[in-house]
Amino acid sequence: MFACLHGSGDLAALAFDFSPLVERTAADTVTFDVSGLDRLFGHPHEIAAAIARRAAERQVKASIAIADNPDAAICAARGFTGTSLIPHGDEAKFLGGLPLALLSPNEGLAETLERWGIRRFQDLAALPPLGIAERLGPEGLRLRELARGEAERKLLPLADALSFEDAYEPEYPVDLLEPLAFLLARLLNGLATRLATRGLATDELRLRLKLENRDTLERTLRLPVPSLDTKAFLKLLQLDLEAHPPASPVVHLWMAMNPVKPQASQSGLYIPMAPEPVKLELTLARIRAVVGQDRVGSPELLDTHRPNAFRMREFRAGGAAGRRADIRLALRLFRPPRQARVAVASGKPNFVTAEGVRGKVLDLAGPWRTSGDWWSMDPWSRDEWDIALSDGALYRIYCEPKGWFVEGNFD
Amino acid sequence: MGAAALREQFDSFLGGPLDWRTRPLPETVPSGIADIDLPRGALTEIVGPASSGRTSLLLSILAAAAERQESCALVDAEDSFDPVSAAAAGVCLDRLLWVRCAHNAEHALKAADLLIQGGGFGLAILDLGDTPPATARRISLTSWFRLRRAVENTPSVLVSMARQPLARTCATLVLECARDQAVWSGASPWGAPAARLLRHVRARATSTQRRRACSHVFTAAAI
Repeated sequence: MFACLHGSGDLAALAFDFSPLVERTAADTVTFDVSGLDRLFGHPHEIAAAIARRAAERQVKASIAIADNPDAAICAARGFTGTSLIPHGDEAKFLGGLPLALLSPNEGLAETLERWGIRRFQDLAALPPLGIAERLGPEGLRLRELARGEAERKLLPLADALSFEDAYEPEYPVDLLEPLAFLLARLLNGLATRLATRGLATDELRLRLKLENRDTLERTLRLPVPSLDTKAFLKLLQLDLEAHPPASPVVHLWMAMNPVKPQASQSGLYIPMAPEPVKLELTLARIRAVVGQDRVGSPELLDTHRPNAFRMREFRAGGAAGRRADIRLALRLFRPPRQARVAVASGKPNFVTAEGVRGKVLDLAGPWRTSGDWWSMDPWSRDEWDIALSDGALYRIYCEPKGWFVEGNFD
Repeated sequence: MGAAALREQFDSFLGGPLDWRTRPLPETVPSGIADIDLPRGALTEIVGPASSGRTSLLLSILAAAAERQESCALVDAEDSFDPVSAAAAGVCLDRLLWVRCAHNAEHALKAADLLIQGGGFGLAILDLGDTPPATARRISLTSWFRLRRAVENTPSVLVSMARQPLARTCATLVLECARDQAVWSGASPWGAPAARLLRHVRARATSTQRRRACSHVFTAAAI
């Protein structure tokens, strides 16, 4: 069942109040699907009455028509003023008296029909289809279908300006995270339901909290894949707010979700094991809450010869396959490097003392002299030694302008 | 009908006697050393003193997991992981989640527990290699039991590394590392100046398993 509004005012907004499937047929005409509204309002005339009431509230002046197909509704809305309800099967009879000009035939066709004396819908509807096909072609047949109210087609839906945001103002300032979580859950569930009804998900969630001290706290959560898991969102928000708590009680909450299409992925028997993205994000947030925000991620080596040069970047499951090499001797680093006292004999380390390290040098290789960044504000230079100590371990020590350090042990 | 007759009927239906008591062997993954495989869904301990080759073995296990395109997690209690050594050993750093616990063993245990509970990692490593023995010994057996229970019935390999065995009965496999020899090239360092290098370290990994015990020598090349 379809309804059509023909008139002036914000017709599309009025139509969106009743249906998500709205077509802007012309500048002054809007058609929308009202199937299923009978469960809310009852009979078609009650639906039409509800539309008329809403039109009056929105100060829209329009004629309303309801019919089984969109084109019959459009013709009725354009042809009659007020409210028109076309009974099922009576379209041709109902529309019969309307002038053919409503169907906007092209100039040649209009002239031919005028010559034949066909001026109203009922005249055209009475003509035999074979004769029309022979004389007027497919366009003539289409006009005849419209005149009989039998044309079936799909609506070309108008894209709704999608905005998924919501706000809530509690009656009193909220100063604890636990009651705040209830309010967040309420906003999350509402927005997630709105996204789900449109078959969408989100990959970004923005939260803005107005505080009692007139300050504003803004937090943004980004997900690696679109999701609608409200429990995970709530836990992520809780963990984030525990790490960045509001400085003052919250007086206003605003939340927005970025609508994106949900990601559909086909899993396979031979795809290697990887953590589920949303669950992984939740696990990482929990671990960050324990060890610190910047202490979790994947290491990325920097393009420099400076020792121990790397940065942490966000972990994403997946990536290129590794290439196993022969077993290589690994270095375990002391972070920070341990300052050492080194006795030097003949220019070579002879005895090393540092925190947890003490012994006579039994064997050594070095020095390996390296330097870099001398062209910048942060130059470095050092002499490295690989040593075997009498305590049974192998170490790497180095000497730089600040003194001697134990960098780590070979293990 | 007696129990014996029922069993006989059941065996004839299955085509042979069924061994009800023996548990099936767990699926294993290669460790990088021939004949030493790590069980999935179980806790493996690598123990040994400093410079015994345990980190080299650990990187070899990580590289093998990266070759299988599995995601790996390393919980580093003492912040001692060297990404340069790992990259040289063939570890895919993109697939590695590194959790730096800043010298806090308690945080490391919590993080390992969360990672195992979260699931999806082919290999999870808890590195307590530089944790002082007194601190490591304070980790209760309950914590280890909890980790073992969490990894059970999952396809993940859980490896813990420490100076001495900590998990006791909770570990399915214990690999004890000891250094045999450090091989240097070139003339004696105390003589005339000469090019001298730490070539490689020969170490021994002894596995103590319920069914079999074996000892394997591996060489970790320095250059």
